[in-house]
Amino acid sequence: MNRILRKLFSNASSLVGIALLFIFIIIAILAPLIAPPLSEDPYQIPRMSWDIAPQSPGFLMSDNIRDIYTVMGIEIKWNKAICGTAEGGYDIFYGLIWGTRTAFRIGLITVAIAALIGVFIGSISAYFGGWIDEIIMRITDIFLSFPFLVAAMVLTTILGRGLDKVMIALIVFGWMGYARLIRGSILSAKEETYVMAAKALGVKDIKIIWKHLLPNTIFPVMVQGTMNIGSMVITAAALSFLGVGAPVGYADWGQMVSFARNWIIGSPGYAGQYWYAVFYPGIFIVLFVLAWNLIGDTLRDILDPRLRGEL
Amino acid sequence: MLSYIIRRLLLLPIILIGVTFLIFSAFSLLSPMERLANYITNPGALKNPQMAERLITKYHLDDPFPLGYVHWIEKLIKGDLGWSQSANQPVWEAISQRFPATLELVLYSIIPVILVGIWLGVISAVHHNDMLDQTIRVTAIIGWSLPTFIFGLFVLFIFYGILGWLPPGRLSVWAQDIVYTGVNFKSYTHLVTIDALLNGNIPIFLDALRHLIAPIITLSYISWAGLLRITRSSMLETLRKDYVRTARAKGVDEHTVIHLHAQKNAMIPVMTMAGMMIIGMLGGVVITETVFTYPGLGFWAASSAQQLDYGSVISFALLFAVAMVVGNLIVDISYALIDPRVRLE
Repeated sequence: MNRILRKLFSNASSLVGIALLFIFIIIAILAPLIAPPLSEDPYQIPRMSWDIAPQSPGFLMSDNIRDIYTVMGIEIKWNKAICGTAEGGYDIFYGLIWGTRTAFRIGLITVAIAALIGVFIGSISAYFGGWIDEIIMRITDIFLSFPFLVAAMVLTTILGRGLDKVMIALIVFGWMGYARLIRGSILSAKEETYVMAAKALGVKDIKIIWKHLLPNTIFPVMVQGTMNIGSMVITAAALSFLGVGAPVGYADWGQMVSFARNWIIGSPGYAGQYWYAVFYPGIFIVLFVLAWNLIGDTLRDILDPRLRGEL
Repeated sequence: MLSYIIRRLLLLPIILIGVTFLIFSAFSLLSPMERLANYITNPGALKNPQMAERLITKYHLDDPFPLGYVHWIEKLIKGDLGWSQSANQPVWEAISQRFPATLELVLYSIIPVILVGIWLGVISAVHHNDMLDQTIRVTAIIGWSLPTFIFGLFVLFIFYGILGWLPPGRLSVWAQDIVYTGVNFKSYTHLVTIDALLNGNIPIFLDALRHLIAPIITLSYISWAGLLRITRSSMLETLRKDYVRTARAKGVDEHTVIHLHAQKNAMIPVMTMAGMMIIGMLGGVVITETVFTYPGLGFWAASSAQQLDYGSVISFALLFAVAMVVGNLIVDISYALIDPRVRLE
């Protein structure tokens, strides 16, 4: 473990990843301080105007919205759209900050649950072998027969909009990689003498899997999980972009990019007029995913014995 | 070897049945009323409760799950995929009409994946840990972290918004008039670029190409970034082999060592992954076509999903799953045929 940490901190690209991740964690924790919510639901992005077109950075909350807050007796803690507003007057800065929490939630929860399911299924498949293994692996193949995004899109369309539905869809079609991975490592670990010895001593199956096999095979799963967080977040964002993911106005980077879609071309003679509408959410998604991929990439190099001693 | 191929072929129907079962299970999460929209041409009929009730019974939509599945499969085997509300035509017609556009896009996208991915991967490995290698590697990781829809919007912004070179869509209006009316233009394959060449119509060929370039770049970049990584590590591994060292010691010049001795062996894992990367592009079709309003299957699927046209969406998923299963089968079998180590087993 120490060796892994040392490598992580001595490699330039993973250092960049760790630094980026650290910044995102700070943003997520301090979200209520950086961008105080104006309504009950902090994940609902406040609107700064009713305009359809995006408003440039520095835009001040329009009077009619201000009136609504005053009538409702809500204190207006801030009134400036630092990064401008997206289509429909949604404040970009607020969406970015609270979207960080959304991204962490999607990435960590989906990967954790998908990995748990995958490890459970994969270890049962590998340990018992025979026809149980055969059936489980064919089921895995069936789930792998769909392009991930297409499968997730279909399931979210059927389940309906909402972040929880998106996460369910990502988990349902996200566990197979872990199952295959853990199956492979357990199959090779099963032949080791210490497992044979435990079996000969009459240790229960569940205990052998839990105590002897999993601890020795779990590291590859963690590497895969780290690499997977980025792609889960990307897919969730893509679903929002397609209009089947997060509900309208939810603090979600993918949806903010989709808000910018109609404005990307700008107006005649001024192509970059609405650059901020796509640039800010876009750069947040890219950096967030990049952070995880950089760390995951280094972890994989450490794990891969063929490249060991190369870094 | 032969038994491997036979085993794979025997598994194919089992996987396909599993796929349909999975899709029908998802479809069954919907209420009979929601599913009914896939069966009728006139959504107004849903407003009359008695009428809807009758139709639900007629189409076996409130049957228990196994029975419903059998009826659904029966319809499927007859080639009846129901009615697409979003396209306002039978699903099957909607698919066959849009299929050529998607096929054209995917076929062209294979070229950069293989050429650029392998070429850069070899360069990267040969210049291991150089500035050049690091640059290529970092570019690949960044490319890999860049979601298709953001990259696509970026390409659209630069090449259409600012430069005005690569417009969205499939054809310009003037070209559409010629191609779709069919006057002085025969559609042999429905792949516009090929048809234009067969008709000897160069302006249309160029127009179609102009619309294709941006989607091709967007669809292919993740795949070639992935292939680059695999080529690089496979090359690195091979270059460290004893026989390569022997060749170098014998005084074989570096160019021959790399491109003849090493590359041949390094390409075996790369070829399988190339197949997988090409199949992997299928998922990107939805996003790419949506970004560039390219009128193919993916664009239709995305708009169907937005309009909650469930029947169209599951038909699309079924089609892509079948394409992926068959594609994977072809890749695995051809891999077994190519690699002598597998072939001789």
